[in-house]
Amino acid sequence: MSDEIKVGAYICKGCGLGERLDCGQLATIAEREGKANLVREHDFLCNAEGVAMIQNDIDNEGVNKVMIAACSRRSKTEAFNFENVAISRANLREGVIWVRPDEDEARELTQEMAADYVRMGCAEIKYMTLPHVSEEAASNNSLLVVGGGIVGMTAAIEAAAAGYPVTLVEKGGVLGGSAHDEYKRIPESMPYADPEDTGVADMVAKVQADSKITVHLNSTTTKTSGAPGRFSADISTESGSTTTENFGAIIMASGARNYDASQLPELGYGKTPDVVDQAGLEKLAMEANGGPIKRPSDGKEVGNVVFVQCAGQRSTEEGHLPYCSGHCCLTSIKQAMYFKDQNPQIDTNIIYSDLRTPGAGGEDFYRSGQQKGITFTKGKVSEVTVGANGPEVKFNDLILDQQVNEKADLVVLATGQIPNSGVDIDLPVAAADEDVDLDNLVPEVKVDSILNLTYRQGPDLPHLKYGFNDSHFICFPYETRRTGIYSAGPVRRPMDMAQAKEDATGAALKAIQALENAKLGRAAHPRSGDLSFPSFRKEGCTQCKRCTVECPFGAIDEDEERYPQFNEARCRRCGTCMGACPVRVISFENYSVETVGQQLKNVDIPDEFDEKPRILVLACENDAYPALDMAAQNGNHYSPFARVIPVRCLGSVNTIWVTDALNSGYDGIILMGCQKGENYQCHFVKGSEIAHVRMSKIDDTLQSLSLEEERVSTYEVAITDIERAPQLINDMAETVERVGMSPFKF
Amino acid sequence: MSDVIATNQTILVVGGGISGVTAAIEAAECGKQVILVEKNPSLGGRVSQLYKYFPKLCFPSCGMEINLRRMKANRNLNILTMTEVSAVSGESGNYSVTLKTSPRYVNENCTACGECEKAVESEFDSEYDYGMKKRKGAYLPFNMSYPQRYVIDPAMIGTPDAQNAKNACKYGAIDLDMQESETTLTVGAIVWATGWQPYDADKIQPYGHDRYDNVVSSVEFERMLDPFGPTGGKIVRPSDGKEAKDVAFIQCAGSRDRNHLSHCSRICCMATLKQTTYLREKYADDFKASVYYIDIRAIDRIDDFYQKVQDDENVSFIKSKVASITEDKDTGNPVLHGVDTEGYNRYDNPHDLVVLAVGMEPSVSKDSFPIDVVVNDSGFIEADEKNGGIFAAGCSSDALDVNRAVQSATASALRAIQVVNRVAGTEG
Repeated sequence: MSDEIKVGAYICKGCGLGERLDCGQLATIAEREGKANLVREHDFLCNAEGVAMIQNDIDNEGVNKVMIAACSRRSKTEAFNFENVAISRANLREGVIWVRPDEDEARELTQEMAADYVRMGCAEIKYMTLPHVSEEAASNNSLLVVGGGIVGMTAAIEAAAAGYPVTLVEKGGVLGGSAHDEYKRIPESMPYADPEDTGVADMVAKVQADSKITVHLNSTTTKTSGAPGRFSADISTESGSTTTENFGAIIMASGARNYDASQLPELGYGKTPDVVDQAGLEKLAMEANGGPIKRPSDGKEVGNVVFVQCAGQRSTEEGHLPYCSGHCCLTSIKQAMYFKDQNPQIDTNIIYSDLRTPGAGGEDFYRSGQQKGITFTKGKVSEVTVGANGPEVKFNDLILDQQVNEKADLVVLATGQIPNSGVDIDLPVAAADEDVDLDNLVPEVKVDSILNLTYRQGPDLPHLKYGFNDSHFICFPYETRRTGIYSAGPVRRPMDMAQAKEDATGAALKAIQALENAKLGRAAHPRSGDLSFPSFRKEGCTQCKRCTVECPFGAIDEDEERYPQFNEARCRRCGTCMGACPVRVISFENYSVETVGQQLKNVDIPDEFDEKPRILVLACENDAYPALDMAAQNGNHYSPFARVIPVRCLGSVNTIWVTDALNSGYDGIILMGCQKGENYQCHFVKGSEIAHVRMSKIDDTLQSLSLEEERVSTYEVAITDIERAPQLINDMAETVERVGMSPFKF
Repeated sequence: MSDVIATNQTILVVGGGISGVTAAIEAAECGKQVILVEKNPSLGGRVSQLYKYFPKLCFPSCGMEINLRRMKANRNLNILTMTEVSAVSGESGNYSVTLKTSPRYVNENCTACGECEKAVESEFDSEYDYGMKKRKGAYLPFNMSYPQRYVIDPAMIGTPDAQNAKNACKYGAIDLDMQESETTLTVGAIVWATGWQPYDADKIQPYGHDRYDNVVSSVEFERMLDPFGPTGGKIVRPSDGKEAKDVAFIQCAGSRDRNHLSHCSRICCMATLKQTTYLREKYADDFKASVYYIDIRAIDRIDDFYQKVQDDENVSFIKSKVASITEDKDTGNPVLHGVDTEGYNRYDNPHDLVVLAVGMEPSVSKDSFPIDVVVNDSGFIEADEKNGGIFAAGCSSDALDVNRAVQSATASALRAIQVVNRVAGTEG
């Protein structure tokens, strides 16, 4: 194919466009103003014949840039999915005729709206090129799994079963993690009635027998660098020897540790050996090995055991865990069965506030516990004291509404899980080279990093809440803020063994997908398949570091000369770096300061006295833009003066667009992004937040131009804001009417 | 459907709810050939009928938009709607599946312009709104339907209205002669993601869902919040359209009950907690929510959502399995009878509206699977080697919330990939 650029502009007349618009005029605009080399109108562009016409022009007329003026880019996407050409869409249906009344008096403004979208489509395509695959695209089929417990072993076995080699790194001397120290597990299959073998030994044997799995015991990951497809990890043994290996993707399965029960003296832990936590009980059960379980203080066979649920958890008290650890109710039932199955005469009492045994298996197991004679008491334990013959549990029986003092041979505290999630990179202490207010530093707790990433933004995965490395998204539990690195198991959120195995398998899939993407230079979701990546003009870069600091995915490092180093396979293509760059040297081949900037500059700005204002709307392509589409679909109308440009993320909005728009005579500007803050909905995590911060500083620009502040507004808009999104546009139209036209129309 | 090419390296995903969609996309984005079948006219499943997700109170359509984008861009994925699996035979790595596609009466020429809908008069109960609202006989199931293509209700075929629809279409998209079709394909592995259905609240006789207008199920309540739904986004009483500000929620309606569903449906507690926030959203401080519960199962780190709702003074929790509901004929108020087990106090509490937090039951009943799979007493598919290359995803494997269903679906995608990679390895 020659390098010559040939733009084909296609104007659809279907869906009422032909009746509502003067398509001939639009074609002329595409040709004369848009400088399209070839312009065609079609009655029904998305049908087989229309599509074939475009394909024919691509194949035989040398068209390599396609501008389609028809419906929204969200409609008929599959029909207009041409390979090896750049495509832009002018939204004449959802963006113009559907948001305008079908009346003669409305015609002029509707036509002007359509004409502008054709100009914008032509301008965008001119500055857009077909992305070529990153030179950094790299192929490596191997996975690194950090952590050799149930989760790590499952991930390794499942990935290996799909044909991918795995290196498993375990800090300790044996595989199995905390499950290694459990007597039995909660049942994982029908009839969910009895504790069953943990399966750890089988799993270890399977790992050892698998030729695709290499195990490093007594080892940690002391340095990790690179990107999906080309990670490099130093695996160091306790004795100090280090090997360096390359990997395509990484799974972090560093698990959880038990809450330190000695923080619960009120529950008797530490005051007598006959108060244990769940791990302690597992140990006793292993020692008994099916025989009578004996209490630690004097070896007496336990005849009466009390389980205290939610010990030090689901509580806002200082030092307690605020969350529920998910597995403890089932674990206590299992442990009560250790006693009941050995001797049904033993009294087992589980004192709970809410018994949580979800699903089919959970509830069956609970019922089995009831049948075996376990007592379940809804109550609140206030204290465990040490009596003459053993511990005594003081609790308020919430059903009988009375204080009870129950004597027991043994008390088991159901304490929670704490994730081994490494360094919290968001703590201010991480910013060692910055000016930090030393008084505000949190007390330094020495936490070992799990991954020791050489990333500019810190050595571990960012924590979400309560130290867990979870995803923030309900629909995307494997969303990661470090592309190609997936956490799995209780480091991600509290969970039991069965769930942890399921989670490990899911994470293995995502890791495999990441390395497959890396081979082809493809982005991971939400911009799945996007081949573009950021590039920058080194000469112009001032080394301000905004891009490296603001990248929500930690994709950008700094090289030895302190220039940004983009690590393309880590990039998610949100464009936050592009929005951040004050000198505008960062761009994507299919999305740049020009592809958007030229659109807004090519809008026709009528004279101030025409009373035809222009409102620029920069809308997040995932939420606000679909909301506007659906508003159109439902017949909501909005101001004919709006010109909407979808952006990848509000984070990609460079303030130059706003400044340029103001200087070119736009009367109002609206930015529509996703929800920010703690419950952020922004798919690129911080984009919307960052944009709001940037825009809060736009007032200076407005002042310097002597323009009113209300001409620029930034909103959080959800995809369901089908009525609100058009209303925001109409509100701006009213504002403009009130404050008057911009004086900057030339 | 004739253009669907499948081999024993192809993965079939059955069910286009969030689990099936996830399994299909995740596998396709690993480079695998995937066929996704859905029996309804649109993908989306149950989550598309929800107003918000717990605990973030975000909107399901937001994630669906991303998934739709991923699907539109993926050439490895073939989507067949209005299609069911009627027969499966064979073994892991080599299954023969028969797919039956019902006529949509609208072909791919449809631009979703909506002219056919305007042209017809006939109305039918909207499945999307659980029959609480009517839709036209030519319709788009909901705003974000995918494929974005109209459907003609089969009951309209043969009526003048069907012809009206056809005449209104300028694009030759309506084909009233479309017939049911059947095709048989070879696939290597099957992800079974047929999901759940709300337990039929009418079966819980003492609660009178079938007798009292102001006793609704949790899924019906959810529909009320949709601005485009049956009540235009208002929380009102079905009997008289009055604002419902004193609302009772009955937990375990059908779940954890030997007479109904013996399992715990996991999501209902969180769903109710979420729905109490809808009351606050609509009525600010002017509402009362009463939650009748056995245990509140706000499991793992999302327990903080429960703590937050507990802090809401307008929400009270009563530990009680409600015995029965009667109706106060004068006011239309449902009256709840039972015993508060914390202190053993009898109550007869009237409320404006009662919401039954109905359980999840598997969509496909135990004996209706087209091939033998190991199913537990609750009807969920067990993870069992006997299932060969058939892997359950999401709520066909257990009662799961969205997050866990997606996890499960992602894991199932890998299990299916293991099979087809093994096939590829032996066949080259």
